[in-house]
Order: sequence, then C-alpha cells, then structure tokens
Amino acid sequence: MKNNTRLANIYLGFILALMYLPIIIVIVYSFNSSKISSVWGGFSFKWYKELLRDKSMFDAVVNSLILASTSSILAAIIGTLAAVGMPKVNLPGKGVVEYLSTLPIMIPEIILGMVFLTYFSLIRLPFGMLTLVIAHTSFCIPYVYMLVKARLVGIDKSLAEAAKDLGASEIRVFFDITLPLILPAILSGMLLSFAMSLDDVVISIFVTGVNTNTLPIKIYTQLRTGVTPKINALSTLMLGANLLICLLSVWIGKQGSHHKEYLEMEGN
Amino acid sequence: MIKRAFECFRQLNINCVAFLAVLPLFVFTFMFVIGPLIYMLVLSFLQRAEVWGIVNKFTFKNYMDIFEPVYLKTFIESFKLAITTTILIMIIGYPFGYFMAKLDAKWKKRMMLLIFIPFWTSSLIRLYGWIIIFRANGILDKLLMALNITEEPLKLLYTYPAVVVGMIYVLLPFMIFSVYSSAEKLDWSLVEAARDLGASSMQAFFTISLKLTLPGLLSGVVLTFIPSMGLFFIADILGGNKVVLVGNLIQEQLMKAHNWPFAAALSVVLMILTSVMIYIYRRISNVKELEGLV
Repeated sequence: MKNNTRLANIYLGFILALMYLPIIIVIVYSFNSSKISSVWGGFSFKWYKELLRDKSMFDAVVNSLILASTSSILAAIIGTLAAVGMPKVNLPGKGVVEYLSTLPIMIPEIILGMVFLTYFSLIRLPFGMLTLVIAHTSFCIPYVYMLVKARLVGIDKSLAEAAKDLGASEIRVFFDITLPLILPAILSGMLLSFAMSLDDVVISIFVTGVNTNTLPIKIYTQLRTGVTPKINALSTLMLGANLLICLLSVWIGKQGSHHKEYLEMEGN
Repeated sequence: MIKRAFECFRQLNINCVAFLAVLPLFVFTFMFVIGPLIYMLVLSFLQRAEVWGIVNKFTFKNYMDIFEPVYLKTFIESFKLAITTTILIMIIGYPFGYFMAKLDAKWKKRMMLLIFIPFWTSSLIRLYGWIIIFRANGILDKLLMALNITEEPLKLLYTYPAVVVGMIYVLLPFMIFSVYSSAEKLDWSLVEAARDLGASSMQAFFTISLKLTLPGLLSGVVLTFIPSMGLFFIADILGGNKVVLVGNLIQEQLMKAHNWPFAAALSVVLMILTSVMIYIYRRISNVKELEGLV
C-alpha cells in the first residue's frame, strides 16, 4: 500500500521536469550567440563577456551582496539572542511581541513594501542602503528566530544544568554549551535569510533610493522594458550562486542532525 | 525599559541577561514592525493633498473609494485569479505531496532537495524562463506548430493564462511542502486496515488518507491564496497591462498616482482579508501553527 504505482512516479517526474524547464531554458539561452532569444545562433560566451564589462550591473551585484550579508548577519544576531532569551525572560506581552515579530513573513510582501515606504518617509530616513537593510532585516529575523527556537527545543537540557552545577555562569553556559549546539540552526537561518534577501524584488522596489539598484531590481526593470541576452548570462550566474548557498545550507543542516544523533546515542 | 537595561548592566543576573538578549528584538519590532503597521492604519484615514503629500484630516473617503466600480472590479478580479490559482495548485500539488510521502526515505530526501533548489532560486529568473517559452513565435509556439496542434502562433505571453501559469509555478512548492508534511505523518497501517476490511483503494483514500491530510491541504491553501493576492510582479511581467490585481493597484497608487492614503486603505482591506483567511483556517483545522511554514 505504501508503495507508489508506476503512474504516480511518472507524475512526480513530470511535474519536477516542468519545474526545471524554465530554469534550463534560461541557462541554455545564456550561451546563445544570437541576439533574438527565439533563434539559436550557436554556442558562445559572448553575453558573459559583455556582462563583465557592464559597470552598472557590477554595482548592482555589489549592492545586493552587501545588502544580503548585512541583513542576514543582523537578523542572526537579533534572532538568536531573542530565541535564547525569550524562554527565560519575564516580560508582559512577550507572546504578542513574538507573534508580531514574525508578521513580516506572514503578510503579503506588497503590504510590507508599502508600509515601509510610507513609514520611512514619515520618520525621514533617506531612501537607499539604510532603508533596504532595515526592511530586509525585518523579514530575515523570523527565519533565524524560528529555526533557532525549534533547535533549542530539541536540545538536551541536562547538559546546561550539569555545566551550571559545576559552577559555570549563565554566560559561560551560553558560549560553551548552547551556542555550539544551536550553531547549525543559526547558520541555516542565515543562509535562508541571505537567499531570501538576494531574491527579494517586491519590498526592495518600494524602499530603495534613486541611485541604489539591487540585482533583482535591475533584472525586474529590464524584464519590463526590454530584455538583452545579458540577463540570461546574469541569471545563470545567479542560479549557480543560489544553488551553492542552497547546498551549503543543506550540508550544514546535515552536520547539525549528525551532531544530534550523536548526542542521542550518547544519551542511551 | 531603558532604565531597566541600565540596572541590568550593573547586576547581571539570569533574568537580566535574558532581558538584554531579547531587547534588540523588542526594540526592532516596535520601531520597524508595529510602528509602520500603526502608521498604515492612521494613514488610511487621512486625506491626500491636492498635488503631493498628505493632509492631516480624518476621512472615510479612502475606504468608500474602494467600492467604486473600477476598484471593486480589481478586487473581484484578484479574488477570481487567486481562487483559480489556488484550486489548480491544489489539483496539481496535492497528489505530488501525497505521492512524495509514499517514496522511500532516500528518495524523499532527494525529492525535497530537488524541489528546494528551484524554490530558492530567484522567482524573477524562473519567470523569465516562462517569458522565453510563451513569447510569440517562442519555444511553445514553435513546438505546437511543429506537432501540427496549432496552425498559428498562440502568442500566450501577456495573456491571462500566462499569469495563471506563473502564479502556479511560483506558489506550487508551498502546497507540496504542506501536503507532504502532513502525509508523511500519516499512519499507513490505517489505510491497510481499511483495505483488509474490503474498502477499495478509492474508498480507503477518501475515508482515511484525505481526511488525515486535510490540515496539510488547508495550510497549503492559505499559504498559496494569501500571496497570490499580492504578487503584482507576476501579473506585471507575464500579463503586461492586461491583468490588474490588488497588488498592482496598490503599487500604482503608491508609485504613480501618489495617493498614499488610498494605497494604505487598500492594504488594510487586503490585510483584513488575509487575517480572516488565516482565522477561518485555524478554526476549521484546530492547528495552532501553519504546518509546513518552517
């Protein structure tokens, strides 16, 4: 009963193939020497070379990387500290704040974008990298927070207690016991945040300044106005980068679970 | 709060360390989540100035404006598209998640990774792939004409079906993950028992499997329905100017018409609609957390 029929497996394969189809097409066409994307003009690296010469594209890449790393690091710090501190703290309304802090990934992106745009102009923040970082950090925190919180639940509490019995201070316990155990969760939360930030277009469009372009914004404007095949090459490079981050995060997650299995074995 | 923070620096006991640890999240949430949301609510009751900016005068006009035929039509169109998309995603995604849960452990892991990779790559780039496919005389047209299915190019780009395909494509993983996570926990011995007692495989599916995976299906519906109201860039890229959604309307009011109070009112309504969806879902499924969200 638990095994799939052949038809079911064919279905899985077919849908999966459809998911990959557009991605493969973008990659294939990035090596197309013809300027018109519906005609195949032979294999070439032409668009990659042109991409390297494009100064504004390069700036956008740099901006995107700065933005993604700053906001994922900020989110990692704020999210981890909060996830560790929350169970131990006595504050009125902490449940409400916890819920509200996850709102940025619950509400439609467009609302978040509009809310930030109006609010930032109310408090007179100059639109640009600063506003981008704040907005991106807001939707990165929940990922780190939720992953670390879930990991904390799975940790053997007796370890921390044993350390405390042996005279370690609360802070020492955090750095020597808790932090190493939750590190995989922090890292995968950070990588997830990094990928989300690198991919975000909706919120970025609303909160960016005139002179600050991120990669997705650049691609978006090009897709709307007129596409040069350079976009194919750029997209392929981004796909590669994203794939790398994705695999890295899975790998880190695996390390974490090995660690957990090891601890469980020790416990038995 | 600030006073307490200073006290803590001097004392440094457990409660205080924990307090300092959660402080950044509290401050950030108050300043950049609660503050902006409250301002949105306030803004939606203000008047727009003649040319640029906002007048601080209380009015219900922004909410009344939504009921004007032009805007009301956009809401209805958006709803229709969201419902169409969600139903199609259900039909495609449910069997996928269900079949996936029946694979053996090794293949389950591989499938997860295989779905995660496109899910994590830029949705813009993936949509761009569909542009190449749908473009007039593009890949799809050429293929269909070569197979003699159609005589003329279909010119699917910038049409309603193209937007639907784009929506399904971007949101399908949410459904798959939710259905999978609840089908994975399914006790298959129940299904076997039903079969042993003489139920056909269809009967067993409808009386047992479907019922037990319903929470996953419902969370999938919520997770796909909510974003499909706001994903304006899909309608923009694949639909040209032909498909206008609530998301597009909000964007237009913000960036082009500069009518911020009206955009805020639209957002408030959209947010109420999505909250109602989540509330209904929670009531019927009795699940506290949205399964498959993280």
